[in-house]
Amino acid sequence: MKRPERIAATAFVVAIAAALALFVVYVRGDGPQAEGVLLALALGGVGVGLLVWATRLMPHIRDETHPRKATVPTTEAERDSAVETVEAGVEEIKRRRFLSRLLVGAAGALGLAALIPIRSLGRSPGDSLLHTKWTPGAKLVTIDGTPVTASTLEIGSFTTVFPEGHEGSADSQAVLIRVEPGQLQLAEAAMAGAPDGLVAYSKICTHAGCPLGLYLAATHELRCPCHQSTFDVLNGAKPVYGPAPRPLPQLPIEIAEDGVLIATGDFPAPVGPSFWELG
Amino acid sequence: MIVRRLVDGVDERLDGTSFIKRNLRKVFPDHWSFMLGELALYSFVMLLLTGTFLSLFFVASPAETVYRGPYLPLQGRDVSLAYESVLRISFEVRAGLVMRQTHHWAALVFVASMAAHLVRVFFTGAFRRPRELSWIIGVTLLVLGIGAGFTGYSLPDDLLSGTGLRIIYSAVLSIPVIGTWLAYLFFGGEFPSAELIPRLFVMHILLIPALITLALSAHLALVWHQTHTQFRPTGTPEESVTGTPVWPKFALKSVGLAFMTFAVLTGLGGLVQINPVWLYGPFVPYSAPSPAQPDFYAGWLEGILRLWPNWEFHLFGHTIGELFLPAVVIPGIIFTALALWPFIEARAARDTAMHHDAQRPRDVPVRAGIGAAGIAFFVLLMLAGSNDVLAKYLQVEVDTLNGVLKVLLFVVPVLVFAITWWICRDLRARGTAPIARPSRVEFRRNAAGGFNESHADGGGPGEPVAATPSDGEEP
Repeated sequence: MKRPERIAATAFVVAIAAALALFVVYVRGDGPQAEGVLLALALGGVGVGLLVWATRLMPHIRDETHPRKATVPTTEAERDSAVETVEAGVEEIKRRRFLSRLLVGAAGALGLAALIPIRSLGRSPGDSLLHTKWTPGAKLVTIDGTPVTASTLEIGSFTTVFPEGHEGSADSQAVLIRVEPGQLQLAEAAMAGAPDGLVAYSKICTHAGCPLGLYLAATHELRCPCHQSTFDVLNGAKPVYGPAPRPLPQLPIEIAEDGVLIATGDFPAPVGPSFWELG
Repeated sequence: MIVRRLVDGVDERLDGTSFIKRNLRKVFPDHWSFMLGELALYSFVMLLLTGTFLSLFFVASPAETVYRGPYLPLQGRDVSLAYESVLRISFEVRAGLVMRQTHHWAALVFVASMAAHLVRVFFTGAFRRPRELSWIIGVTLLVLGIGAGFTGYSLPDDLLSGTGLRIIYSAVLSIPVIGTWLAYLFFGGEFPSAELIPRLFVMHILLIPALITLALSAHLALVWHQTHTQFRPTGTPEESVTGTPVWPKFALKSVGLAFMTFAVLTGLGGLVQINPVWLYGPFVPYSAPSPAQPDFYAGWLEGILRLWPNWEFHLFGHTIGELFLPAVVIPGIIFTALALWPFIEARAARDTAMHHDAQRPRDVPVRAGIGAAGIAFFVLLMLAGSNDVLAKYLQVEVDTLNGVLKVLLFVVPVLVFAITWWICRDLRARGTAPIARPSRVEFRRNAAGGFNESHADGGGPGEPVAATPSDGEEP
C-alpha cells in the first residue's frame, strides 16, 4: 500500500472505531468530554481520509480550463427581444386601464390590511413608561419582602428595595443608600425625601437600562456594570462619568412612626433610558 | 445500471444536452482562502443538526418553576421553564451538553468564518462587477447570522443574556417618533415581558434560519452560475476558469472539509466549556453580572456604546434617546456602506468593466488601506467592548483606558491606512512577492562531467555550469 493510502485507511479505521465507541460512551453516560473527543475522532477520521484520498491519491486528475459561458453577455438583439417581451406584456395589462388601476388599489388595500395584525403584538405604551408602582405610603421592602427600617442600613452601605407587594418589579427597583446626613447636597425639596442620610434612587441606568450593581462607597458613586456610567450619590445622582445623560430619579421617602421607611410618592421623573415622549 | 437510468431520466427531464455531465465537470479553482466560505456553510449545517436536537428539549416559556434538578447550587431557586430546560439539556439529557456547546461553538465559527470570507472577497476585489449581488447577499447573510446568534444566545433566560436583551430594548426605545410603540410591539410590552422568549424562539428557529437558507441558496446558485474569481494561471484568458472538476476530486475534498469542520466543532463542544448559564444564574431584572461581555460578534456594537459621549438631543419638545445614534444609526450606516461597497468603489474608480480575476491586495493600495483600517477600527471597538476585563488585566482605571481608546479609535485606522497603502504601493512598484515561493532547482550531472541546472517551474534544462567542487552538490 502506498503511504497516502495507508494514512487514509488508518483514518477511516479510526472513524469506525470511534463511532462504535460512541455507543458505549452513550450507554454508560460518560459525559461531554468523552462524547466530544469521540465525535471529533469519528468525524475527523472521515475528513482526513477523504482529504488525503482527494489530494494525494487523485494526482492524475488535472486542472481543466473552461470558458466562463454564463458570464458572456448575450447579443444586443437578444436583449432587445427580452425588453420587448416584457413591455408587450405590460402594454397588454395597461390596455385595461380601469381594471389595472383597480388591481393596484386592491393590492394596496390588501397590503395595508395585512399590516393590521401587527397591532396585536403588544399593548399600547400609553403612559406606562412615565410611572412605576411606587405610591405614597408604599413600604420599602427587600427582595424577600422584609420591610426596611431606619436602622437597617449602616452608613456607607446600600440595598435594593421595592414597593411592598411588587418585589422584583423591573421598573420600580431602587437603591437605598445611607450616607452621613451632612454630606448630602440636594435641592431643598429633594432633601426632604432623604431623611437621616437615607437616600433612594431608581436602580435603572438612564443610559441603556441595566440595573446599577456597583456602589463605590469611598467616592459615593453608583456605577453601571454594562457601560460604566457613574452617578454621584451625594449630588442628586448626577452623571459624572460615562455615556448616561440624565441623573437617576430620586425616590422621596420618609421614616414612618414605627421606624419603617415608606415612599411619599412615585419617582419625580421617568426611570430608565430616554425615549421620544420623555420631553 | 442504476446510474445509467438515473442519468437518462434526469437528462430527458431537465436538459436536452447532458445536464449531469456539464455540472459534474464544472471546475472549481483552488486556493486556500476559498475554504473560508465553505467553513461558514458547513458550520451552518452543524447549526441545523444540533439546533434540531436542542429544539426538541428546549421549553420556550417564561413561566416560573422551582429548580429541583441535579445541579446543587441552584436547587430551590425560582427559575423560568426556559432556564430549567437549558439546565436539563446540560445536565440530564444524555449527549445534551455536547450538542448545546457544539451548537454555540458552531454559531461563533459561523459568524467568524463569514467575516473572514468577507475580508477575503474584499481584499481580492472578488465583489466587482458582475458579482455585486453575491456580495450584497453575503452582507445580508452576515447580518442574519448575527441576528441568529443574538436571538439564540438570549433564549436560555440567564442573567447575562437578559442584560443584553435589556440593552436592545433600550436601543429600540430610543428610536424617534415610533420607538416606544416599536419596542412595545416587538417585546410585547414593557421590558421584561412574558411574550419575549416565545418570540425569540420563533425568530431563532424558524424565521431567521429560513431567511438564511434562502439567502444561502441564492448565494451558492450565483457562485455556481457566475463561476469563481481566481488568481489567473498564466496563459489562460480572463474569460476562462481553471480548476478541479467537481466530480470526484473537488466533491471529495469539500466533503472532507465538511467533516473536518464538524470534527473541530464537536471537539470544541465536548472539551471547551462555553456559555455556562448555570454559573450566571437565572435572569432577574434587578441584577446584572459584572464584568459582562456579549459574544464576540456583538462586541464591537457594545464597544460603540461604551465609548460614545453622553449626548442627548431634544427636538420640538421631544427627546432623541442617547442610544439612537450609537446603537441604531452608526451600525446602520456601517452595514449599508458595506453592502454598497462594490458600487461605491466602482464609482470612485470609474470602473464599470467586467472582472473575473482575483486581485492581490497590493494591486489596489487604496482599497487594501481602507480594508486594513476597517479591521483596525473593529478590533479597537471590540477591545472597548471588553474594557472592564481589559482594565483589570492591564491594571489601569476603566476611565483611563476609555480615554486612550477614544484617541486610538481615530488615530490607529488612519495610521494603518497610511502604512498599508505605502506597503502595497511599494510592493506593486517592485513587483516582488512578499514571501516568494522557494524555487526548486535541479542539478543533473551530464555526460561531460558538469551539471545541468533546471528549474522545476518548467524552465527546462538551463545553462550547464562548470563542474567545480565549490558549487557542485558533491564534494
